[in-house]
Amino acid sequence: MALLEFDDVSVTYRSHGTDVPAVRGVSLAVQAGESLGIAGESGCGKSTLVGTVLRLLPKSAKVGGRVLLEGEDVNEMTWGRVRAVRWAEASVVFQGAMHALNPVQRVGDQIAEPIVLHSPGTSDKAAKKRVSELLEQVGLPADRADSYPHQLSGGQKQRIMIAMALACSPKLLIADEPTTALDVMVQAQVLDLLTSLVRELNLGLVFISHDLSVLATTCDRVAVMYAGQIVEEGPASQVFDVPRHPYAAALAGAFPRVGDPRFRYAPAGLPGDPPFPGELPGGCDFHPRCPVSIERCATDVPPLLTVGDHRVACLRADERLNLLALTSEGEVGV
Amino acid sequence: MSESVPIVAPPALEARGVSVTFSGRGSRGLARAVDGVDLALEAGQIVALVGESGCGKTTLARTLMGLERPSSGEVLAGGVALSYASRDLTAFRKRVQLVLQDPTGALNPRHSVYEAVAEGLRIHKYSGDERAKVADALGRAGLRPPERFFLRYPHELSGGQRQRVVIAGALVLDPDVIVADEPVSSLDASVRGEILALLLRLRDELGLSLLVVTHDLGLAWNIADRVAVMYLGRIVEEGPTEEVLSAPQHPYTQALLSVVPEIAGMKEIVLAGEPPDPTRIPAGCRFHPRCPVVASGEAARLGIEQACRTQPLPVLPLGGGHAAACHAVGSG
Repeated sequence: MALLEFDDVSVTYRSHGTDVPAVRGVSLAVQAGESLGIAGESGCGKSTLVGTVLRLLPKSAKVGGRVLLEGEDVNEMTWGRVRAVRWAEASVVFQGAMHALNPVQRVGDQIAEPIVLHSPGTSDKAAKKRVSELLEQVGLPADRADSYPHQLSGGQKQRIMIAMALACSPKLLIADEPTTALDVMVQAQVLDLLTSLVRELNLGLVFISHDLSVLATTCDRVAVMYAGQIVEEGPASQVFDVPRHPYAAALAGAFPRVGDPRFRYAPAGLPGDPPFPGELPGGCDFHPRCPVSIERCATDVPPLLTVGDHRVACLRADERLNLLALTSEGEVGV
Repeated sequence: MSESVPIVAPPALEARGVSVTFSGRGSRGLARAVDGVDLALEAGQIVALVGESGCGKTTLARTLMGLERPSSGEVLAGGVALSYASRDLTAFRKRVQLVLQDPTGALNPRHSVYEAVAEGLRIHKYSGDERAKVADALGRAGLRPPERFFLRYPHELSGGQRQRVVIAGALVLDPDVIVADEPVSSLDASVRGEILALLLRLRDELGLSLLVVTHDLGLAWNIADRVAVMYLGRIVEEGPTEEVLSAPQHPYTQALLSVVPEIAGMKEIVLAGEPPDPTRIPAGCRFHPRCPVVASGEAARLGIEQACRTQPLPVLPLGGGHAAACHAVGSG
């Protein structure tokens, strides 16, 4: 059984009297000890998708399909069960979460909070011991428990957030852009930490980022989302190095390979903006921005086809395995 | 302090022996944010100033723009020392414009695109056709047709469009130099390349000089002619982008490059800790407490460990070549 499974999940938000589809028919699975990256631009639905796992979405969101956490449908859970599952089965490290720390409380007490909430009656001593263990796990000295957030650097605060997420020994960790605000060197430290936690604790990791290169180095598999749907999914290195979908190719090309002459004085971008979820263009939803679209892309919806251990939704996927060369020539404009 | 090779035209902007110190809080001493830097931005050149947070790169950029006064050394614009009289500064700031990281924060949400771009013209009491000037700047920044954007507000624009509005606001005064502080780090992956292509085109078409402050080596590879790597207030390596990023000499540059996720097959050198405190700059080579060459015993084998720990390195000279401030360079 998969640790986490999205089975044909869709999410619609009610906005100004109309239904706006944010996620449309996503199926994905994460096993224990496996890391899955989800890539895509702002507004592609990646954060909404993982919000369904712990029922973190606003009331106006309607969730369809099934979200299975160790086989148990999250949408069928009672609120009491949802509260029990949060932290203890799955926990989230949010984007910019280091700003979410309480500035006037010692970080050790903040890490202890979910422990005490989930096992009432935990003695102070036991909680302290667990906090020390957690700090050690994330590579911080135990005496940092006595620090206030302002005494810590950005990278240390992000480590505290990860320690907090691990406090109740969850099996699944969801990290939403955990390194976006961090420096390169600190980012490398945090990515190494996440990778080693997946290995040592046999965690499942869902890692959201718009930076495909970060996902490629951290994750086993990567799914690329566009306008609420998965357009490509497969082994991380394949998706990054030989993307089959032109959108995945554009994302992969946005972060140049330093030292590769093809990228010198040639920043690769993707003209245009993603469509509003309420005004999808029809056919393949990527076709208005696609550098290699053909006539039938405007009318035919490409199915998400499985080829080996790779899935891709592009009418021209067979024709051109690697579209990177074409997209790197993108014209600049709005 | 510097012995620059004679060049036909003086650099658009130049730092000579610049130091900037801030008084520390409480018991902490002076913070030497910039600690003796020589750096030249030639006319029509794109220089990337790279380093970790807190290395002093933003302070150096602000000093080059006349927003901070150096505690010692001087800033030259077009070969002339910067005067800090307020009237001179106003004229100088018209020629050197700033583009910041977060376009959403840089734009007033209650100002239309037109007002945002025209603001600079009004501050500098422009007497010509304001409307034509604003339209021209928006067009150059890639917002076409410009009239369609005049009455839009920031919340109606995408992140990339907002950054283009900020760039148009900088272009409207016909500057010689643009200083861009992390211009794409808050933007989506797909938009990033578009904005970088725009910066590159502005240099090619308008002959602008660009100083890009960033921690992103991929950005430097994409657009910069030269790269200066800064560590704890000093430039530790500087040279043409191809040389610095393909054959880095300084262990710090090597470590920074090794953690760029896009570079496959390079052995990752993750430095422990974060850049040390500018109130307590280590003796000898300021990088030695984190240096992998010292930690691995390589420095001892080369017979330079004593120098690394005690002997400070000279400020890198200007000259147009490739140089690194490291005891190990040239000794092994």
